[in-house]
Amino acid sequence: MAGSLERADRRRAALMLSPAYLWLTAAVFLPLSAMAFFSLLTDVPFGGRDWAFTLQNYRDFFETGTYALLLWKSLKLGLIVTALCVLIGFPFALVLAKAIKGRAREALFLLVILPFWSNSLVRIFSWAIVLRGNGVLDAAVNAILPWEVRVNLMFSQSAIVIGLVHSYLPYVILTAYLALQAIDDSLIEAARSLGAPRRTILLRILLPLSAPGLIAGAVLIFVPVVGSFMEPRLLGGRVGTYYGTAIEDQFVAVFNWPLGAALSFILLAVVLVILALATPALRKAPT
Amino acid sequence: MAEVRVERLVKSYGAARALDEVTLDFPDGGFFGLLGPSGSGKTTLLRAIAGFVAPDAGHVFIAGRPVEDVPVEAREIGMVFQSYALFPNMTVAENVGFGLAVRKISGAERARRVAEVLELVQLGPYGARKPQQLSGGQRQRVAMARAIVTRPRVLLLDEPLSALDKALRVDMQIELKRIQREVGITTIFVTHDQEEALSLSDRIGILRDGRLIRTGTPREVYSAPGDAFTARFLGEANILRGSVEPAGLRLADGTLLPGRATACMAVRPEHLRLTAAEPATSHRLRLRLVQRIFGGASGTAVLDWQGQRLKATGPDDTFADLAEGQEVWASWTPDRALPLTD
Repeated sequence: MAGSLERADRRRAALMLSPAYLWLTAAVFLPLSAMAFFSLLTDVPFGGRDWAFTLQNYRDFFETGTYALLLWKSLKLGLIVTALCVLIGFPFALVLAKAIKGRAREALFLLVILPFWSNSLVRIFSWAIVLRGNGVLDAAVNAILPWEVRVNLMFSQSAIVIGLVHSYLPYVILTAYLALQAIDDSLIEAARSLGAPRRTILLRILLPLSAPGLIAGAVLIFVPVVGSFMEPRLLGGRVGTYYGTAIEDQFVAVFNWPLGAALSFILLAVVLVILALATPALRKAPT
Repeated sequence: MAEVRVERLVKSYGAARALDEVTLDFPDGGFFGLLGPSGSGKTTLLRAIAGFVAPDAGHVFIAGRPVEDVPVEAREIGMVFQSYALFPNMTVAENVGFGLAVRKISGAERARRVAEVLELVQLGPYGARKPQQLSGGQRQRVAMARAIVTRPRVLLLDEPLSALDKALRVDMQIELKRIQREVGITTIFVTHDQEEALSLSDRIGILRDGRLIRTGTPREVYSAPGDAFTARFLGEANILRGSVEPAGLRLADGTLLPGRATACMAVRPEHLRLTAAEPATSHRLRLRLVQRIFGGASGTAVLDWQGQRLKATGPDDTFADLAEGQEVWASWTPDRALPLTD
């Protein structure tokens, strides 16, 4: 398409694109380059330390096995959280897009977006209050059940999953909602007039037509969930060691930036491979 | 195939009555046009028959059975939507076969019936295409094929041709009529295009503000509209108002139209004859020719009578000897003046 642009148009387009490219250069390309550079060093190149180029950091990942195990654990966490978000988010978006109209929809939408407006740290600590033994959940369950139950989900994988699902659910709901909203209601009516029961409409029309949006939402949250460190650390405690927390430790605790940078790049590579695998499905958007 | 009947059908949206005690018979195998301006309730009536709209009161009968408690899925209807509503994720053949797949008609039988109906709508070779790869007229025919392949009892068409451009619309009218004749399914269609209603339907019903005000064959309704609204809505009409006297109708300019009279009469533009010389009939008006409009096969003369706009039409050279701005006579034969209730 660019070839068909007139010279003046091309100059104008370049002018309008330049802020975005400048920003991308400053905010993405430069830090990433610095990290790529760090990942190839023996030690951080400041504070008067000795450093040299090496591939040892990448070798560490493959030689120790611990990091690969953590990465696998994080990928599994990503899959669980993404699957839960899709399973909860899609029906919710479906109801929001196709069954509810007017003010009720606005109100529900507000509730979906509300978590975006709260600080993530506050959100996570709120979950800590709910999930810990003697906490809100414990008290609520015991207020209903006649016998004594101890509910303490704190510092478990469940707590991490709950916290992550809560944080990332809105993204899935919003992307699925947009995809479902774009499906003309008359398609559903046409299917009904042809005698299709609800299940058929869902499986043959709504799901296939909203799949690209749903996959986009899933990819959108899968990536940050795999790299997450705050929820695992705060809600997982002792069991909360994941790939993300390992990277964070390298930067914050151990001060081994080169290893942290190398681990980050390995994560980036894995994520890119996953995205590449998902691309054909994303491209299949019906027009 | 079945006859459809609606009985005292009422549907309100808030304070607005979309359907107001509508009772109407749709004969078996007929092509029935529901005509009315937007907001007249014609679409609501169609959707009530389909089952998408639950009436507040009244009944819908299909083949003599009340269907209020039958959901859309079980009503055995075929419907063509204004937007066609083809499934974009399926090919033409899959679209058409959808209703058959739902009915668990499998494999060879399904393929045979899909091919048969695609042949009927003259889209035989297009089965493997996606709807997005078709033109508007082709999509329309796919929608039609999809709706009739299940052999529904009733075929409902919601403004089926309004998304097409004019030339194609005329072709598709002929096509639609041919398909409907071949399959013989009771067909009800909604339109706001009076020409479409006149040319397609065996019978038409005219709706206004949720009420059914006139039904009949297109010819009957056109030649005896009965009221001013129908006369103006179905075709064009020059409405003449005056006071009824024993001798006839006295118009505002003093002209007396002798004979049986009602306070409101209509003369179709094609029945007005324009002459420079005074005609030898008392059914005439003296008026001014404002404008002549060339329309190819036919011509229109815009006339001013007592500040009221009238129209006359005829084969194009009809008005050639008259000049714009000239005072002329318009006359008609008495039986062309249609008595109306206001």
